[in-house]
Amino acid sequence: MEAAHAHGHAGEHAHHPSGIMRWVTTTNHKDIGTMYLWFSFTMFIVGGIMALIIRTELFQPGLQIIEPDRFNAMTTYHGLIMVFGAIMPAFVGFANWLIPMQIGAPDMAFPRMNNWSFWLLPPAALLLVAAQFVPGGGAGVGWTMYAPLTVQAPMSMDLTIFAVHILGMSSIMGSINIITTLLNMRAPGMTLFKMPLFCWTWLITAYLLVAVMPVLAGAVTMILTDRHFGTHFFNAAGGGDPVLYQHIFWFFGHPEVYIIAIPAFGVISQVIPAFSRKPLFGYTSMVYATASIAVLSFLVWAHHMYTVGMPTEAQLYFMYATMLIAVPTGVKVFNWVATMWKGSLTFETPMLFAIGFLFLFTMGGFSGLVLSITPVDIQLHDTYYVVAHFHYVMVAGALFSAFAGIYFWLPKWTGRMYNETLGKWHFWLSLVFFNVTFFVQHFLGLAGMPRRIPDYALQFADFNKISSIGAWGFGLAQLLFLYIVVKTITSGEKAADRQWEGADSLEWTHLPSPAPYHSFETPPVIK
Amino acid sequence: MTKKGMKSVVWGALLAAASGLYSGIVAAQSQFNLQTPQTPIAQKIFDLHTLITWICVIIFVGVFGVMFWAVFKHRKAAGHKAAQFHENTVVELVWTIVPFFILIAIAFPATRTVIEMKDTSDPDVTIKATGYQWKWGYDYLTGEGQGVSFFSTLSTPREQIEGTAPKGENYLLEVDNPVVVPVGKKVRILTTAQDVIHAWWVPALGAKQDAIPGFIRDTWFRAEKVGTYRGQCAELCGKDHGFMPIVVEVVPEEQYKAWVAQQKTKQAAGAGAGAVADGKGVYERVCQACHATGVAGAPKTGDKAAWAPRIAQGNDKLYEHSLKGFKAMPAKGGAPDLPDAQIKAAVDHMLAASK
Repeated sequence: MEAAHAHGHAGEHAHHPSGIMRWVTTTNHKDIGTMYLWFSFTMFIVGGIMALIIRTELFQPGLQIIEPDRFNAMTTYHGLIMVFGAIMPAFVGFANWLIPMQIGAPDMAFPRMNNWSFWLLPPAALLLVAAQFVPGGGAGVGWTMYAPLTVQAPMSMDLTIFAVHILGMSSIMGSINIITTLLNMRAPGMTLFKMPLFCWTWLITAYLLVAVMPVLAGAVTMILTDRHFGTHFFNAAGGGDPVLYQHIFWFFGHPEVYIIAIPAFGVISQVIPAFSRKPLFGYTSMVYATASIAVLSFLVWAHHMYTVGMPTEAQLYFMYATMLIAVPTGVKVFNWVATMWKGSLTFETPMLFAIGFLFLFTMGGFSGLVLSITPVDIQLHDTYYVVAHFHYVMVAGALFSAFAGIYFWLPKWTGRMYNETLGKWHFWLSLVFFNVTFFVQHFLGLAGMPRRIPDYALQFADFNKISSIGAWGFGLAQLLFLYIVVKTITSGEKAADRQWEGADSLEWTHLPSPAPYHSFETPPVIK
Repeated sequence: MTKKGMKSVVWGALLAAASGLYSGIVAAQSQFNLQTPQTPIAQKIFDLHTLITWICVIIFVGVFGVMFWAVFKHRKAAGHKAAQFHENTVVELVWTIVPFFILIAIAFPATRTVIEMKDTSDPDVTIKATGYQWKWGYDYLTGEGQGVSFFSTLSTPREQIEGTAPKGENYLLEVDNPVVVPVGKKVRILTTAQDVIHAWWVPALGAKQDAIPGFIRDTWFRAEKVGTYRGQCAELCGKDHGFMPIVVEVVPEEQYKAWVAQQKTKQAAGAGAGAVADGKGVYERVCQACHATGVAGAPKTGDKAAWAPRIAQGNDKLYEHSLKGFKAMPAKGGAPDLPDAQIKAAVDHMLAASK
């Protein structure tokens, strides 16, 4: 810690621009991490407003506030913005803040590229938002962008494709940076198997990103050339095949699910041991389980396509492979529970969100197991059951773990403590309204309500009403979160260097709170 | 946990229970489960879903029983000291291998059902369902009905969707021409599409199959009970994806024969079930988007001053403009696959309202 102090001070005197230029030109991993997190929150609000437009239209049967075309655009951009604009950047923000501190490095391996990968995001986000206002309006094609619907979509589709290209470049550069940092910049003695689990999960995620983002770029580029340059990749009349798009998309899309989930696993694997005051039950088996989930994620893509009419053998293979994912996922859940077992548990806000994650993510996992069974999936495919399933995984999974992570590391990042009472309110409001919103959607899907429809038959009215009320509650609860974070930054109480007695990674044991601008210019010694 | 913390937990739990209770009460009138199965396949899907859901519930209760035990008993506030154990090969092997065997147990019945669902051989009736933006076309290919062919379009009036009329019982799940099939017969549905991907889905029959432009896929069902079964397009296909339902009427054999005979007479008379000129219907589905509001210079229906000079040109001129397009007006009002007679009927409808 002494070393960090001495050098950190010198670093702050370096010729840094101030004001807005500080943020535009920064190469500091903490600044960039902060920008990623604020960007992510902004997009979370934008995507959240779209979700509320959707849920308000669905509050009762009939068309009330939005035309079907615009409604379809809302579902499309809600999905794209939440996945690419909110959740992925949030975890890259965590990676930027934490990886150098957790492995005892001074910064990321490629600081300038780090700056570039962040600053690619705002233009991409602008394209996604601007797509709503060009002639023809936003493309109502779904976040999966299936051909040939995308081929006939208005010009906003081109903006969207370009946005996806840019987001992909950003992700690939971010991943290269993370991989290089983790492999080359660990402090002496910090072997791979001594890294905190969060670092491990990001190492695995970064490889997934490098592998699949080019595949997505390829898929949307083919749509672009089908639209404008006379190719027929997805047009049967020209010898193409619309289903080809789905195979390519989901070869990206399924690993993408784990790109979102695996860093969340990493956060949870830091938080649960800290508040159980007990080491993670099976560190090595967690690493192996994560790696095997990552490998399996490349082998199950067509379980999103059981209804396209694949041969029996293919349906069976994809069913078996998908069911197999339940094994390593189970290992992770069992490990977290075993970590809590006979611990000395306390329930500060990060731990509450971690337990909420564990409980609800497992429910999402179980509805995933239900959906892995081909015959059942054929019945439930493209219904609200699927909508419920992936929101349990994405919101109660990724988002809850991001909240857990923010409350956990906010004292380290800002040097100030958040308000524990308000934090708990945020958790309970989120938990209750999340379930009010999404649990009933299981019933809607079972009863036969298709997803992506702006109006519905009368037997679906009750559950839709409940779900819409829940959505508004959930949305408003997030304003409380914003208030808590802003209040912490401006007037929170001073946080201790090791705010959580059970936290044992380097940022807690070797650095003050707030962490100095440049940490570990001299590497710490790891025994 | 602090006293304050405990209080917030209690409040949260109360709130959760209250909201759960509320959803429960409201939901008591709605459906919690899959629709009542009407075919052997739908029944198998239903049973598989029940089996897996119960397995999940049992594991869930087990795992979270353990977790909540820890939450209540191993709290620091209750004075529990942390044990420092970790890594146990036996435990880790057990929780890897046991789930594996549970999965194998599920895989057996699932595999049998997959194979059965894919077996579309030896159908009694084969019907081709073609997805259009945004309606279904049906062609009976084999069986007594061979040659019967019609379109099936949403019949819910626009006023109900816009909320100016009370909604009917089968709101959004009703069509002008339902698919009629005989009870107890194996019906094979071939799916394809004209424009983008659609999906033909009737939940109670356990049949869902994507309809892919340029390709033919198939599925099948054997309905065991006479009745009307309703479903919807299940693949996002553009603006009116939510407004292209599927209605299957399962009728006794004799009634099916009578229906076929009736369809054939109609078709012989030059007007299949879907081809009965329906000026008002076509107007509502196609024309009124512009002609009700006067978008892009379209004369508003009922605006006598705007129509008078046009009517003076004679009906043939107006028919021609409507069929081939005129200024901002696309050919056939942007519904190129409607027969000419339908478009003319729509023009007549507008003229009648504007004279």
